[in-house]
Amino acid sequence: MHQLYLTVGPTRFRLASTWRQPLDQLAALYKDYPTSQDGYADFTVRLEPEKPWRRYIRPSVHISGDFWLPDAAPLPLDQSLLAAEMGMNLQMALGWRRHLLLHASSVEKDGKALLMTGLSGSGKSTLSAMLAEKGWRFMGDEFALLNPDTGMVHSFPRLISLKNEAIAAMRAIVPENRFGPLMKGTPKGDIRHVMPPLDAVNKMKDVAKPALLLFPRFGHDPALRDMGKSEIFVRLTQASTNYVALGETGFRALTRFVDTVPTKAMDYQSGDQAEELIDSLWSKLP
Amino acid sequence: MMRDARPLVDALRDPETVLSLDGAGWTNLISIARAESLIGSLAHRLTGMAVPEQVRPILKDAIQATDLARQQALWEADCARRALAPLNSKVVLMKGTAYVAADLDAGVGRSIGDLDIMVAQDSLSAVEEALLDAGWEWVKPDPYDDQYYREHMHELPPLIHRERDRMIDVHHTTLPQTARPTPDPQAMLDAAVKLDSGLYVMSPADMLLHSVAHLSADGDLTGGLRNLWDIDRLVRQFSEADEQFWIVLGVRARLHHLEPHLARALRLAFRLYDTPVYKYRAGQTKFTDYLYIRRLLARDGWGRKTRKFTRQAFYIRSHWLRMPPLMLARHLWAKWRKG
Repeated sequence: MHQLYLTVGPTRFRLASTWRQPLDQLAALYKDYPTSQDGYADFTVRLEPEKPWRRYIRPSVHISGDFWLPDAAPLPLDQSLLAAEMGMNLQMALGWRRHLLLHASSVEKDGKALLMTGLSGSGKSTLSAMLAEKGWRFMGDEFALLNPDTGMVHSFPRLISLKNEAIAAMRAIVPENRFGPLMKGTPKGDIRHVMPPLDAVNKMKDVAKPALLLFPRFGHDPALRDMGKSEIFVRLTQASTNYVALGETGFRALTRFVDTVPTKAMDYQSGDQAEELIDSLWSKLP
Repeated sequence: MMRDARPLVDALRDPETVLSLDGAGWTNLISIARAESLIGSLAHRLTGMAVPEQVRPILKDAIQATDLARQQALWEADCARRALAPLNSKVVLMKGTAYVAADLDAGVGRSIGDLDIMVAQDSLSAVEEALLDAGWEWVKPDPYDDQYYREHMHELPPLIHRERDRMIDVHHTTLPQTARPTPDPQAMLDAAVKLDSGLYVMSPADMLLHSVAHLSADGDLTGGLRNLWDIDRLVRQFSEADEQFWIVLGVRARLHHLEPHLARALRLAFRLYDTPVYKYRAGQTKFTDYLYIRRLLARDGWGRKTRKFTRQAFYIRSHWLRMPPLMLARHLWAKWRKG
């Protein structure tokens, strides 16, 4: 097995793969991240052929590791970079306990964090990537890590995963050398990864105080709506992968978050509209 | 790269062995321990050791995760107790839930999945009805599987609670009815010990023998290292607490037709975990012990299953033990036809 160690935010990964290809691609895209050479890791991710002969014949990549799901579908070898990223997500979602994990993107300005959560297709990932090119520090497009003791948000700035139309939209504002390979026809459509801005990597240990939570929804007339606390709470329990696993700790962290962080539902039809709505809310924060 | 699960066994037996590990050695140990569901037991075992700062939070996480598992297991047991209280029949907790409910060393840091309980065979249909009334539902709606469970297995088809999403296995004996050793379930129920909660656990000797039965006769040694660690903890605690333990254990092993199985388990526990065993009960080393050890340690430092051939041989053996040959053929035919 080939291996690669990666550190993203507070987490150290050991990736082991039958093939060199995904690890070479990762090494190139994560070249600015700190690499630990001491051999320690929080999680091991494994990329292996589904069956022994599938190493060479129509190679297919089975994702597993310290934590795994019994029904994970294998991916073809040309999507092995996606497999590696999914493998890392899986370890966090099922195994990480040092923070409450919210399935949300996050960006920071002046020590304060904006979190965006919602269903797939809400645009939370694209919005965070776009704001990262416009003066915000990118903290992550997949998981926001909430510290249960301090209430602060920790950064987990993995590669930004762009899907379908978002690829062309971001191509207009991000130089080509920050893009990974285009993977067509994945289970989520076309996917292309983007390296976060260097600043996001260099400051990945810096925490931020959660200041605003948005539930964006793409494709509707621009609008902002208030939400009830109980609705916010329930939707965040659904957006957290380890809320149940943390027991009372998770409950305390989440109620504190809901009690203290202003929250809005936001409808929008374009990046510019979203930016305008966010700026208007942000400027009125205490 | 580590070629087998030896580092985990060494660390559990003698925590000092971790002092010689380098970073990669620790990462291997953690992957093996997670794969064998022994990370919580390991974390507790290493309490007080000079563990590198990179590893300390991983062990702390494991302790917190198993603390919560313990709490949830006890809650689930109490839900079952309340559902079954009107029946006034003994409900005996089994395996992990029993260890934590009785506050035994074997429960420290143990991962616990489903709730396993044992009830008298003649109360089985009343238990089934009471659980269905209290919100549990069938997991396998397949008629063949359902009939198979009812005719040949030692438990009801698994039930899951529709709100809490937790499984319960209701046993009326400890091994499949078709298996060759046939432990005496009535004797186990009669000797069961009542806890303050009103639930029961098996008597010490029966509890150990159930773990032995599980290791040797019921499975293909999946989870064998954890099973054997349970056996190690139970043997140490019971034999220290009661001078008569080995004598009683001998009597109960004969009663349940588990003498050779007990002997094998004791030899394996001694070989891997240095368990203090009464030599007469453990008997002479056999060549096949070597195959068992080979199978139990079949896990590499990436956390992968290794030794496919050995694993496959034990898998086939597990079916062979469970079913007479003609029945096995019928079963595999039925499974194959359904794809």
